[in-house]
Parts: sequence; structure tokens; C-alpha cells
Amino acid sequence: MQVLIDNYHLYLRGLGTTLQICLYAGLLTLVVGTFIAGCRVAPLTPLRAFGTAWVTVFRNCPLAVVLFFMAFGIPALGINASYFVFGTIGLALYTSAFVCEAIRSGINAVSPGQAEAARSVGLGFGQTLRLVILPQAVRSIIPPLGSVMIAMIKNSAIAGAFGIGGDLYAVGIRQSSAQGEEIIPVLLGVALGYLIITIPAGLLLGYVERKVAIAR
Amino acid sequence: MTEVSTDTPMIRVSAVDKYFGSLHVLKDINLEIPRGQVVVVLGPSGSGKSTLCRVLNRLETIDSGAVAVDGVPLPEEGRALAELRADVGMVFQQFNLFAHKSIIDNVTLGPIKVRKLGKDEAREEGMRLLRRVGIADQAEKYPAQLSGGQQQRAAIARALAMRPKVMLFDEPTSALDPEMVNEVLEVMAGLADEGMTMLVVSHEMGFARRAAHRVLFMADGEVVEDSSPETFFDSPGSERAKDFLGKILTH
Repeated sequence: MQVLIDNYHLYLRGLGTTLQICLYAGLLTLVVGTFIAGCRVAPLTPLRAFGTAWVTVFRNCPLAVVLFFMAFGIPALGINASYFVFGTIGLALYTSAFVCEAIRSGINAVSPGQAEAARSVGLGFGQTLRLVILPQAVRSIIPPLGSVMIAMIKNSAIAGAFGIGGDLYAVGIRQSSAQGEEIIPVLLGVALGYLIITIPAGLLLGYVERKVAIAR
Repeated sequence: MTEVSTDTPMIRVSAVDKYFGSLHVLKDINLEIPRGQVVVVLGPSGSGKSTLCRVLNRLETIDSGAVAVDGVPLPEEGRALAELRADVGMVFQQFNLFAHKSIIDNVTLGPIKVRKLGKDEAREEGMRLLRRVGIADQAEKYPAQLSGGQQQRAAIARALAMRPKVMLFDEPTSALDPEMVNEVLEVMAGLADEGMTMLVVSHEMGFARRAAHRVLFMADGEVVEDSSPETFFDSPGSERAKDFLGKILTH
């Protein structure tokens, strides 16, 4: 355990980097996932087809393949940015397929009469979704969305494996392989770091769930 | 743009056919409703009367034929259709009030978001309508806290808040407990007296006799009878209508 105490600042910095990846990827994936869910329930066939294609591609490709493409494919197309940016975007795009499906299941749980009434007073598709359907869908979206977000936090380790550098996973690898520290304590430290993020995230989601349940 | 004269019918349905899969639910429907007319559509369940009602603001699409409201053919899905729907009030069997909004917010949502009315103005108008349907004291409650009759009156107020040219009622009293039917019918009769153009799908024979100018009887996707309430109830022309009336009037 001495290795954790001696190197606590490395683990802390790793925790910070992982948090950053998750925060940016989380925000991006919520926006993209909501948009794709909107496409999947849109009255226009091309939009629905686009949404379905998006989900099919990102839900069925292994995350490692998506990240591999972001790491080597995108730079080969001549687009340059740090791998922090590419890795975060890759993680967000991959997760957006699951976010979309969580949101879509919530939308489907709202009675179709609500959408019919909204359309009947002259609200457009976007207004119907934003003002009537999504506020009522939130309650049933939160639990599956929580699982998706926690999976994403853990998946950030795979983005780390592609060389974002400095995140929890990278700290673990560096300590155990490069510096030859004993592997079990190092991994325990890494696991602890992820738990420090995921457990409060789960508690926060439980709190939000209770909040929206009261606000009907 | 064609000039819309006062004798353009409010609703014109020409040669409309609709299928649900292999089921032919509307068969060559032709119908004109002049402005100010109150039409009650009767018929056994599965006769296509609710579908006809929902076709008029394109909640159901049609397979062939044409529907025009106030001389304007129903547009495809999009902004123009939303604008047309704003002019067509719709009242549903299951009320369909927005469950997450208070009654007054239900009534003002359309005027604020579609008609772009100011919040205060919309609220004032909304409260006037709630007083008119007799539930002003329920304005701040949520739909689930109201009785069925109150909810349906709120739904009528919500539709009226858009200042519609025509009102469609799809079995407005069928989901209500018997003692709440009259409070809703009274509001509807009041509207009819004021000259609102209305199409009412209903089983309420009393309302049809009292408030309707015209009764349509549908069976198996066809309009079988199209007559005045007196003629329909006292001397129906078709066997199907006689059979139908015999079944509902005997108990």
C-alpha cells in the first residue's frame, strides 16, 4: 500500500483527468443522444433512418474500434487535435447510441394522446417534444440513463488505454509496468479512483430521480 | 391564393379512402360542413366515425381523396400543418390534458407558444375561458386532481383558447362517469348556440336531438344516413340505422 501513499498526487491528478474526460464526454453525449432520439421519433423518414443508422453503428461497434478510428483514422484524414479531444469525442459518440435508446424508451412511455393533444393545439414537432413529451419522459429516463453514464465513466479507461495520458488508467499502467510496482495495490488505487467518481454519480442520479418524481 | 368566400364550406371531404392494413375503415367519404353547422356523427363502434374525426386535422393520414379546412387543403407534416391545426380545436375521449402542467398552463401553452401571446394576456384570456366552463377555481391544480368532467371541460377551454374556426369532438363523454356527462354536454351546447362549427362523434342521443343541425350515421366505413336529427330519430331510412337505434334506445 506504500505505493499509493507515496504517489497519491499521481492518483489525484489521474482522478482529475478522468473526471474531465467524463464531464466533457457526458455533456456532449447527452446533447448528441437527445438529438438522435429526436430524430428516431421524428415524423420525417430520412431523419428516422439517420437516427436508426447512428444507433446501429455506434451501439454495435466495440468502443475500442471507435476509439481506434478516432486515434488513427481521423488524424489520417488530416484533422489534428490532441487525443484528449478525439478520445473524449469518441467516447461521447459511442455512448450517445445508448443515451438515445434510454431517452427513446422514456418517450415511448408517455401516452401517445399527449403528443396528439400537443399537435392539435398547433405545436410543431420540436415544441411537442421539448414542452410536452420530454418533461414527462424524464422520470422513466433517469434510471437507464444512470446506468449508461456510469458505464461511460468506466469506459473512459479504454479511452485512457489509447493514450490520453495522465488519467487513472494511465497512472495504473505506468506505475505497474514502467515502474515495476506491485500490481495489486496499484490496481486497488485505480479502482478506488473510479469508485470515487461512480458512487457519488449514482447517488446524485438517485436524488434527481426522487426530485422529478415529486415534480410529477 | 384563392379568395375565401363565406360560402366556402368549413370542412370539405372529397372521396376519402383509408385503410388500416387490409381493413377498409373509410370508404369513399364525401362530406361538406358549412360554417356554423353542428354535425353529430353516430354509428356502432368500428364504423370509422372516430377515424373520420381524426382525419380532419390529419392525426390520421388518408390513402386517397382530399380534405380541406376553410378552403385550404390539409398540408403535409410540417409548419403549415401545425398552423392549420391551431385553427382546428380537438377534444379527445381521454381528455389528454398535459399531465405535467397546471390547468391554466394547459390552457395558455398554445396561445403563448403558437399564437405568441404575452403571458399575462394569455392568462387573462385563459381564466375567462375557465370561468366560462365553470372551473376557474381549479386553475392552479394538476389534471390528475380533477374529476373527469372537470378535465374534459378544461380540455374544451384549452381548445377554445386557440380561437379555432371549427371544433372536433371525438367521443367527448364516453370516458366519463354518468353524472359528469351533462356538465360537459352543456358546455358543448353553449358553443353550438354561439354558432361554432362543430363535428361531434358521440353516443349522446339527447345532445344530438337538442343541439345538432345534422346527423351522420356511419357503419362499416360508410356514411349510411345524412339527415336532420328529427328525420334520423323518427324515421330513419336504412335498416342499419333502425337496427342501431333499436339497440341503443331500448334500454
